[in-house]
Amino acid sequence: MADVTMRIWRGDASGGDFENYSVEQNEGEVVLDVIHRIQATEAPDLACRWNCKAGKCGSCAAEINGKPRLMCMTRMDQLPEGPVTVTPMKTFPIIRDLVTDVSFNFEQAKKVPALMPPPMPEGGYIMFQEDVERGQEFRKCIECFMCQDVCHVIRDHEANKLHYSGPRFFIRYAELEMHPLDMNDRRDLVREEMGLGYCNITKCCTEVCPEHIKITDNAIIPLKERVVDAHYDPVAWLGRKIRRKTKTSAADAAVQPAP
Amino acid sequence: MAVTESSTNVVLGGTRGGPDVATLRQDRWWLQPVVTVSVLTAFVIYSTWAAFQNKYYYVGANVHRDLISPFYSPCLASNCVPGSKAGFAFSGWALSPALLILIFPLGFRLTCYYYRRSYYRAFWWSPPACAVSDAHASYTGETRFPLIMQNLHRYFFFAGLIFNTLLTYDAIRAFHQPGLGWGVTVGTIVLLVNAALLWLYSLSCHACRHLCGGQVKSFSKHPIRYRFWKFLTPLNAKHMNFAWASLIFVALTDVYVRLVASGVFSDYKIF
Repeated sequence: MADVTMRIWRGDASGGDFENYSVEQNEGEVVLDVIHRIQATEAPDLACRWNCKAGKCGSCAAEINGKPRLMCMTRMDQLPEGPVTVTPMKTFPIIRDLVTDVSFNFEQAKKVPALMPPPMPEGGYIMFQEDVERGQEFRKCIECFMCQDVCHVIRDHEANKLHYSGPRFFIRYAELEMHPLDMNDRRDLVREEMGLGYCNITKCCTEVCPEHIKITDNAIIPLKERVVDAHYDPVAWLGRKIRRKTKTSAADAAVQPAP
Repeated sequence: MAVTESSTNVVLGGTRGGPDVATLRQDRWWLQPVVTVSVLTAFVIYSTWAAFQNKYYYVGANVHRDLISPFYSPCLASNCVPGSKAGFAFSGWALSPALLILIFPLGFRLTCYYYRRSYYRAFWWSPPACAVSDAHASYTGETRFPLIMQNLHRYFFFAGLIFNTLLTYDAIRAFHQPGLGWGVTVGTIVLLVNAALLWLYSLSCHACRHLCGGQVKSFSKHPIRYRFWKFLTPLNAKHMNFAWASLIFVALTDVYVRLVASGVFSDYKIF
């Protein structure tokens, strides 16, 4: 096959620029194959993160022609004719070349209150299939953080990182909120501290998810509706009062230790 | 950019990789916002004109028909044309009767999760497309007034159900042609399709899916609500399609009634 020009961002925290590499492209190759060929030939110091090469570890997330994608799952022959641009994820600070510091996400992960089940009944916990299936979709997340990268709330507004956990963690909150054994109530927490209200549901997270998780429809909007139940719906409020339904408060939930 | 550390251990700042440009996308990302702006603007201009025109919204017994435009149903003002009035009417209302009711369907669509996605992207450019820079220097999303009012969506959904019921009633009533008995005309089919699309749009709504079953923690303990949720979930996946189809068809329904009412052509009787 014909050679292809790869425009790759080279640099680190002190600055950088594009460098062009003209490399051979073989049938069936993905972007990561070509990056590896560049490493093996022209630029052995080119930094990129990768691991499974099968779209299951999420390590090789980068921006290809301006869109967040997994390099190992992006076939070269499906890209348009012309130079292929590869840049690191824009939302996170660069370490070197295509490698970014994604520790923002690990800080957000620490804030998620763990599952709080009731005391173990005799015979153990029982979960039915329909309840298992509901959360299963969210467990497919491979933590590539492309949803976090594409989310304009932090991509274009750095200061929002202080009070916005992002779509990857909204699916975690949603999964826990929908867990039949969980006794925590995280609705105040996601509204007041995790910035659920900042999401304006533009669905970019869903568009880039390599696992095709319906992040917006199945996690973020249900969470927003749960916040409406708790804060903006007087009928729901009245129903809770009449039925004397109470849950662990968000403040308590935030400090609940893992069981 | 200055590096600051918050109490949450999230470190701000640091150099980002890549060039400082709005986007590196090479595809036609601008096409979707252009289409959205074009269709929604056309709809807003047409519906505003139709709402203020205050005539040609009802085809009555003088031509053996009972067709009312969805923009004017229910007709709640005493100045509604004869035959189109609902059981209850505001006396002394001098403006177009459409202005009394349109806030409800407008509010339902304005607060709809799908339309929010569309107009935030297309009109507000926040962002115009995925991985294309937001057009605004700061951003607070839906955390403050007026956008915090988007949380009232479910109330507009409830109002929408009342409107759907009334428009379905209009469609069924249209099959009875005054002076001729029961029959089917193009107008009756138009009204019926319009009502059906509005029901599909409402039932596929995210708030509907949540209220019918999504809000429960345990499906196994609420089997009936789980069935509702399972029924609504595939509809919800097509919410975008129903949003556009119902929006365009409600305008086409008004156009049809308006053309018949103004005498451009007569409502064709099928049988």
